[in-house]
Amino acid sequence: MTADASGGAADGVALRLEGVRKSFGKLEVLKGIDLTVGEHEVICLIGASGSGKSTLLRCINLLEPVDAGRIFVHGEEITAPGVDVNRVRRRIGIVFQSFNLFPHMTVLRNITLAPIKALGLPKAEAEGRALALLERFGLADKKDEYPDRLSGGQQQRVAIVRALAMEPDIMLLDEVTSALDPELVAEVLSVIRELAEGGMTMLIATHEMAFARDIADRICFLDGGVILEEGPPERIFTEPREERTRRFLQRIIEAGRL
Amino acid sequence: MARGGGGEGHRARYLPGDPRPPEGGPTSRILAPLRAEGARAVAVAVASTVVVLGVLGWSITRSANWPAVRDAFFNGLEFRETFPEIARRFLRNVAYFMVAEPFILAFALLLAVMRSLPGPVFFPIRAMAIVYTDFFRGVPTVLVVYILGFGVPALGLAGVPRDPGFWGVVALVLSYSAYVAEVYRAGIESVHPSQVAAARSLGLGRWPTLRYVVIPQAVRRVVPPLLNDFVALQKDTALVAFVVAAPEAFKMAQIQQAARFNFTPLLAAALMFLVITVPLTRTVDWLVARERRRREAGGGL
Repeated sequence: MTADASGGAADGVALRLEGVRKSFGKLEVLKGIDLTVGEHEVICLIGASGSGKSTLLRCINLLEPVDAGRIFVHGEEITAPGVDVNRVRRRIGIVFQSFNLFPHMTVLRNITLAPIKALGLPKAEAEGRALALLERFGLADKKDEYPDRLSGGQQQRVAIVRALAMEPDIMLLDEVTSALDPELVAEVLSVIRELAEGGMTMLIATHEMAFARDIADRICFLDGGVILEEGPPERIFTEPREERTRRFLQRIIEAGRL
Repeated sequence: MARGGGGEGHRARYLPGDPRPPEGGPTSRILAPLRAEGARAVAVAVASTVVVLGVLGWSITRSANWPAVRDAFFNGLEFRETFPEIARRFLRNVAYFMVAEPFILAFALLLAVMRSLPGPVFFPIRAMAIVYTDFFRGVPTVLVVYILGFGVPALGLAGVPRDPGFWGVVALVLSYSAYVAEVYRAGIESVHPSQVAAARSLGLGRWPTLRYVVIPQAVRRVVPPLLNDFVALQKDTALVAFVVAAPEAFKMAQIQQAARFNFTPLLAAALMFLVITVPLTRTVDWLVARERRRREAGGGL
């Protein structure tokens, strides 16, 4: 990366957000987000629906243009005008709540499409990479299936593999277990846990509080479009400083999710 | 969050264990009730059909004017003498169709893609596509056939084909592309935005996303309406008859009708069109029914 020399890459910062704002019409969803994510760091974004978690992740992936503020990946500003968005996105993987696998392609083709067409990998190499990943996550026997033949948990694991096949620097996970039946959640969480253990830098929006507490290096509580409180999981979950954080966690506990 | 609504649709579509509607079983809406009710229903239907057709046939053949009508339209001798030639000429209609259809499919797809390009930069491209489809959908196809088929050869331009048949087929391509482009566009718009988001998030550009993710899904969904337009095109190949000298099925039938003072050749031409269009139409119905069942079963594509 040419921009690595401009500082940031060497200091172990994978991702930095400065005053990121985003509105949809009159609704301001992000009201100035500042966040620094270190390399190999796992950050969980928690907060009520509508607090801006998904929008934040979509902004980092440049699926939504920011209205104000700047985003840096390894020191390179990706929100600068003239940046090649496709090149940026190849370094930042995102996995969606609704999987979004391509229904007209087999699992293998879902995974190899972008490496072949966006990275320009030879087909054999892309398939080798895909098969190794499928093997690693116990999906090797599904390579020739179409997505609608898979369970929700399998589809989501394929979606994760599809993002990983681009060998991204950072993974963004947007409530990846929210659309799953409860008994299928664990298989997806175990994949994410393995990624964390492998040192992947991750930003995870989630409602799975027990999982967040277990896996995160740091928790960010989003409320009303700002990061209201952040800190290590133990502190956030046991002694939150903000009243709103306390009330949110209280509701989660009452719902039996923690 | 603001765009989170998209997730719900997919959830409903993909999750296993959803209650499924009973399988559609028989595809025909005409025969399905019979199969459901069993042998007694079939017997009643057969009897009823025999009675209705019998009464209709009896009253028609008994009417005072029937012999005249039969001789003018359903004359067996005329039919035997003219049908082979008309059937042979019908190959021309099939040829017009076969030549026009690939160009229509390609050109219409181009128009649909032009019209779906986002952003202010592409406004002129979108506008051109819109003006084009508005114009050719608004003008009768026969008029386009006349204008091009008679008009262009009359210009006598160097390097431009003089064959009216060529321009007749060009007219069909121009006119039908406008309709087919709208069919494609409906298909493109039916692909959920989350599919585009998924492709773009992987670093695929606008064009590869369209090429590998959007268009394949769009085309699959619009196969039945596309086939409908195939049927219409096969019929409208008869319009080329207005400008060409070498007769196709319709023109040959007209010639025979005028020479023999009998309308049976026209019926023979009609029969030839039906031989092609009826099976096509049934195929469309079958595809539509299958597509609906799949959608209701939540099985995706």
